[in-house]
Amino acid sequence: MLDLSLLIIKYMPMMQKYSAAALLRHGLNRHTTWPRAWRCPPLKDAYDVIIIGAGGHGLATAYHLAKDHGITNVAILERGWLGGGNIARNTVTIRSNYMRDASIPFYVKSVALYEGLTKALNFNMMHSKRTMVDVVQTYPKMRELRRRQLTMDIYGSTYEQISVDALRRRIPALTGGGLDARLPIIGGMVHTDAGVNRHDAVAWGYARAIDAMGVEIHQQTAVENLLRGADGRINGVQTNRGLVRAPKVVVAVSGHTTTLTETAGLKLPLRTMNLTAFVSEPVKPLVDVIVNCPDAGFYFSQSDKGEMVIGGAPDMGQSFRRDIKQHVFEDTVTAMLSLFPSFKKLKLLRQWGGHLDIAHDASPIMDQTDVPGLFITAGWWGGYKAIPAGGLTLAHLVATGRPHDLMSKFTLKRFRHLDYVMESGTTTAR
Amino acid sequence: MMNIPCPFCGSRNEAEFAFGGPVKPDRPDPNTVSEGEWVAYLTQVPNPLGPVQERWWHVKGCGMWLTIWRDTRTHDIVEGPADAE
Repeated sequence: MLDLSLLIIKYMPMMQKYSAAALLRHGLNRHTTWPRAWRCPPLKDAYDVIIIGAGGHGLATAYHLAKDHGITNVAILERGWLGGGNIARNTVTIRSNYMRDASIPFYVKSVALYEGLTKALNFNMMHSKRTMVDVVQTYPKMRELRRRQLTMDIYGSTYEQISVDALRRRIPALTGGGLDARLPIIGGMVHTDAGVNRHDAVAWGYARAIDAMGVEIHQQTAVENLLRGADGRINGVQTNRGLVRAPKVVVAVSGHTTTLTETAGLKLPLRTMNLTAFVSEPVKPLVDVIVNCPDAGFYFSQSDKGEMVIGGAPDMGQSFRRDIKQHVFEDTVTAMLSLFPSFKKLKLLRQWGGHLDIAHDASPIMDQTDVPGLFITAGWWGGYKAIPAGGLTLAHLVATGRPHDLMSKFTLKRFRHLDYVMESGTTTAR
Repeated sequence: MMNIPCPFCGSRNEAEFAFGGPVKPDRPDPNTVSEGEWVAYLTQVPNPLGPVQERWWHVKGCGMWLTIWRDTRTHDIVEGPADAE
């Protein structure tokens, strides 16, 4: 026991191993002796790499920079608080049912990394591999999903068609969409790789692990400008706490990507939009899968607490607001009640939005920009499921200068050559 | 909820409108601009943190196309169509 803990101390000098034994030991001290999960160090003048944004992608990139490439002189600068952006505002759906050859292997890897994340980070992700079921109401959508199935088969992701009867047995609460409905249900697709987990645990787990490897997380540190040297290279950032230098800067800020890059004179093919989500009061276990209704335009899953976590469509037009528009909300609820009439009695507790940026082919951009040393990870629409693989591949690019095989298509060059990765597997393209 | 001032119908709910996208810069002559400028015209849209000029189509109303300035942070219409009341 002693030897083992010594080994862990050697490997991760500052990290408290979370275990039943640790719980018992600290419990005997009335839980007053737990160490802080991460430090709050002073801000230095210079680092090897600056990552802007302590969200999922920023944290995961720092984790793989430190773990896979030994780059630990890294600062994550966060305007608000750790994990308070879109990682706290999404609907925690983890899946790999995408359309394109470039996308599917990437998301298959991400799902696999998520499944091992609890062990890798010694933090309970509460991962629940609970299957996603698509409820299909139109033939074009059914054809599209069956086409996805054929491509997914090649890359080892799971997708299978089921009948209407099987669908209704699987989801007893699905009582709408009968033969008299405007759009009767014609079938379903089952994606058994899909799951949900706990978003806070992802942020906190990564933060604890990177802190133990020496990466610094600076909250309440807003980056105001990107700074370029006389040679055009990026050489630092101006923050509200002063100037910080680094030869490599990673922008992982979701909706505000263009706002930041334009301070370095860089324009990007991205626009920022607001996506809707809301949550009901907790009820008894009713639906044990993630239900996606692409034709009706909503999806939901039931959280461990019992709340229905519901997602809808984006607002029309660009938006940096983080809330919900009343008519988008009403449209989503109307669509949901057409298939789940019993949800009429549910009280909705909270609603929110998140702003994301999107390129017009709906695929992400992970690349070094025209400003040497400036990297972006952007265009994530449904970026939560991509966090582990996004971090893995972006860290590879930042450390080695070469794109990782899994992300080699998600470049900025594709816009130059009009060589798009048109993706229909994202939320917005439904 | 956003109300858009239509010059013909007055202030109407945005649910009556279809979104026409932000107003792009004038189309350059592809024979005279550089390749980079041409690709930028094709792929980049204005994405300001603040007022953006955009087109809306009053499709469930009078059918008129109108141009407004809307603040992307608040959805406030900072400047209505030129001939709106």
